[in-house]
Amino acid sequence: MPTVNVFKDVLFKALGREYSTEEFEELCFEYGIELEDETSEQEMVKKEQGEEKAKGKSNRGIYRIDVPANRYDLLCAEGLSRALKVYVGNAKPPVYKLVQPAGGKVQKITVLPETAQIRPHLVCAVLRGITFDQDTYDSFIELQDKLHNNICRKRTLVAIGTHDLDTLQGPFTYEALAPKDIKFVPLNQTKQMNAEELMTFYESDRKLSKFLHIIRDSPVYPVIYDSNRTVLSLPPIINSNHSKITLETKNVFIECTATDITKARVVLNTIVAMFSQYCAEPFAVEPVEIATPNSTSTHRTPDISSRAVEATVGYINKSIGIHITADEVVKYLAKMSLNATLSSSRKSVTVSVPITRSDILHACDVMEDVAIAYGFNKIAKTVPRSITVGAPFPLNKLADFVRRELALSGYTEVLPLILCSHDENYEWLRRTDNGEAVKLANPQTIEFQVVRTSLIQGVLKTISSNKAVALPIKVFEVSDVVFKDESRERKSRNQRNMCVVFASKTSAFETVHGILDRIMAMLNVKLVSPDAAQDGYFIRESDNPTYFPGRCAEVVHKGVSIGHLGIVHPEVLQKFEVPFPCTALEINIEPFL
Amino acid sequence: MSQESIQTDILARLDTHGSIDDTAILPYASDLILGVLNSLLSKEILTYTAIKGEKWVLTSEGQEVASGGSPEVALFNLIPSDAGLAVADAQEQMGEKAKVAMSNAMSKKWLKKQGDQLLRAVDSVTDQVQADLIKIKETGAFGDARVLQDYKRRKLCSAEKITSYSVQKGERFTTNVQKEATEITAEMLRTGEWKGQTFKKYNFNAAGVQVRGGHLHPLMKVREEFRQIFFELGFEEMPTNQFVESSFWNFDALFQPQQHPARDMHDTFFLKDPAVAGEMPKDYVERVKHVHSKGGYGSIGYGYDWKYSEAEKLILRTHTTAVSSYMLYKLAQEARANKEFRPVKYFSIDRVFRNETVDATHLAEFHQIEGVIADRGATLGDLIGILYNFFRKLGIEKLRFKPAYNPYTEPSLEIFSWHTGFKKWVEIGNSGMFRPEMLRPLGLPEDVSVIAWGLSLERPTMIKYSIDNIRELLGHKVDLEMVMTNPICRLDKKMGREI
Repeated sequence: MPTVNVFKDVLFKALGREYSTEEFEELCFEYGIELEDETSEQEMVKKEQGEEKAKGKSNRGIYRIDVPANRYDLLCAEGLSRALKVYVGNAKPPVYKLVQPAGGKVQKITVLPETAQIRPHLVCAVLRGITFDQDTYDSFIELQDKLHNNICRKRTLVAIGTHDLDTLQGPFTYEALAPKDIKFVPLNQTKQMNAEELMTFYESDRKLSKFLHIIRDSPVYPVIYDSNRTVLSLPPIINSNHSKITLETKNVFIECTATDITKARVVLNTIVAMFSQYCAEPFAVEPVEIATPNSTSTHRTPDISSRAVEATVGYINKSIGIHITADEVVKYLAKMSLNATLSSSRKSVTVSVPITRSDILHACDVMEDVAIAYGFNKIAKTVPRSITVGAPFPLNKLADFVRRELALSGYTEVLPLILCSHDENYEWLRRTDNGEAVKLANPQTIEFQVVRTSLIQGVLKTISSNKAVALPIKVFEVSDVVFKDESRERKSRNQRNMCVVFASKTSAFETVHGILDRIMAMLNVKLVSPDAAQDGYFIRESDNPTYFPGRCAEVVHKGVSIGHLGIVHPEVLQKFEVPFPCTALEINIEPFL
Repeated sequence: MSQESIQTDILARLDTHGSIDDTAILPYASDLILGVLNSLLSKEILTYTAIKGEKWVLTSEGQEVASGGSPEVALFNLIPSDAGLAVADAQEQMGEKAKVAMSNAMSKKWLKKQGDQLLRAVDSVTDQVQADLIKIKETGAFGDARVLQDYKRRKLCSAEKITSYSVQKGERFTTNVQKEATEITAEMLRTGEWKGQTFKKYNFNAAGVQVRGGHLHPLMKVREEFRQIFFELGFEEMPTNQFVESSFWNFDALFQPQQHPARDMHDTFFLKDPAVAGEMPKDYVERVKHVHSKGGYGSIGYGYDWKYSEAEKLILRTHTTAVSSYMLYKLAQEARANKEFRPVKYFSIDRVFRNETVDATHLAEFHQIEGVIADRGATLGDLIGILYNFFRKLGIEKLRFKPAYNPYTEPSLEIFSWHTGFKKWVEIGNSGMFRPEMLRPLGLPEDVSVIAWGLSLERPTMIKYSIDNIRELLGHKVDLEMVMTNPICRLDKKMGREI
């Protein structure tokens, strides 16, 4: 969830009164945002850089507010206070409109075909006669950062460039050129460099270095020029210093380059919706004409027309479980900044979704806004009508029977992790990798390399971290191991195993053998002779490298081997740092389902 | 010396002398005497009173002096009667004792110093210290208290508290003590001996013998409580025994867009081997692709280029909702085959995996509790109602719901409960109604809605058992003593150790 900093005084002015912390927390809770912290610049600097650096910083009150990840319109103070202002009934939502420039000639930009190789999409807009002060200027920069980090997926999907239009001369071109051929002075630098040098230059930059990979290996880099071949930006890395925005900037040219056109439109719409507030004519946006390579005609951006979403009053009431009138639906939607009109039959509403609400995809989103405005906590509590019958998952029921019998037999349950290192699953158990284990592609540590194919390693690890416990240590686990399985859609399957380990001053094959007999007796599985073809189980001597030679047997059930028991091999104990003899049993319990 | 022979000795002395004035005269250790006295006291054979006293004993240094003589005498004897001895030589020969020897000998004016030479100042000396210490050792006392204090300061001897007893005959005095039994034996029952037998008094204040039985893990005890609650409410357990999922069932089927941050390498474990899923239900995959990229069922969709290559990537499931989506798919198939929809209540409690940095509250694995209800016309009010029912069974009465965002539920509600300890509302779970963009491609009838909620198993367990580090609860680093000593879980009762 992104966090937005808003000055308390700005917010209270918008809301029309002061709020106590408790009151404001309550308002946030109902609206679906969260007051994270109450602080000031001074306090924030103090926390991050120490008391010394905080001296002289402003102690103007700031609310830090968590907003939902899909509400890009709440990512800045302007949008947040606007939404809350409407919610408390202090204002009506703004109406955005497109206006032509004074001379009637809109800015034009041509997209050249080469851009398709690297960053194909472009949308632009102009904000005229804007007045920035330090607060709004900071907020403008901050919003771009927030958008870059969230919807733009760290500039991979969309990158935003904002420029002082008065330093430039249209028409513009969006091109893709070899890095060596792009030369300009980057933002806040004094030296001109080509794009290749620029890449090296920003390698050590804490903020920008993480974006370089997006285009670095491409033979061509995206770049925007004006008619004098002045570079505007090298998206998604950096703007040029030439067209930099300042507090004095009056006319802003906004360009968003993208690999995802839907998101580019959302980003551009969010910026113009938020900051057209400060234009000479508030909420008026000037379009830009875009000529695309594969089309003879041009189109204009941004598209700020509202979208119609229809929802019937019956659907809204039935989904929420309330009974409100059509007029109330309209009233509640207005609280949520949504302008809705009733159909002539008064059975449905048509919401004209503003450009700020890209999160509304379906009538269910409208229904949710009605529910929020109505108040989640005022909805009458009901219960689903249908009668259903409870039932356990049979394998879990079996596993629980086995767990209980093991505990009744004096063993203690342990719960190690399912992921383990490759060594723990193979080498340490003296096994060779036969390719049956599921392997992870991107673990953060070597602790998690494979999904275990047996339980014993986790149980031995648990014993190893409990050496101080009085002997004998008698532990068990009943849980899943995973094997690759080509025959299945998910190419793998779980298997429910049971593992018992007895650790003491001497090995105890007979003791663990006794546990096997006990569990089999409880599962009503009979001990049978190895020669007889009977339904039952028996054990026979076997070789398994995890166990000591001559002290290992396999458990055979209905003629199929379901696991092993034996004295754990001293080399295995050494690897797991267990200083006393262990005797273990591990079998698959699924045949007993 | 056996307890029995001490007892015989004491009873014989009492029989002969009528009393024992001070047991210090007996040649037995004080604690052995006390044991015998207490045993006889409980049978009213004797009574006794304690005599507190003090006994002087030699330290190990004192023992040395008592047996080998004091250092000052040793030093005196080192110096020839007709010549001097260099201080350095004295130090070399006596080592670390030279210093104390010199200082004592000088203060007794046995020696004098000329330059660096030590000379005898008297002709002969007697070792009074050694003689005194021998006396202290033998008698445990010394007449001159100042001398004792001096030796104590020199760490040659120290005082030790001793207790001895003055013993009198009791009401039932006898020299013929019958042996008391502690337990009834089969032999006694057979012979009838129990009738005449006296039994040792039982100490009801002592702890019982520690039980070394088997134990279930606390997390699994809490899991069992949750399962019972679901059963009571008519929920059927889902088969969650499939840790490996495709991105398709885990994300795409849930209308989670392919660029969603949760699908990042930082949050999800992707698989190297096997890397991609086998064939997934073709028609359904088409419908999902369509609803993501172009919309449908009244939705505009996300409008992006949906890629099969992203959906087929195998991962470790990040939530059990991956199983829920598959179960709902099967339910829709069943409804189509039977031409009739069957309402269901499903639940699961099982392991999920997150590629997160491990800390006190985060592990790469944890358990998720999930409840899902699919019914014709299920409402948000039903969801809120069932959540009250569910949490009331956990002993939680006060709930509050906050609007939230989740890609596959709309509305989405965070569940808060009032924490009486913290005196504030704390988040305890998430819930919502599945989006039509998720349900309709599954093939569920249009009037079927699905409400669901989820929470972690570890968090309520940690609160219940007052554990503040998740690594002390799950994984191989848990303390087995913790597993053995934690009480049973009763979610609807206060256990008294809740955080």
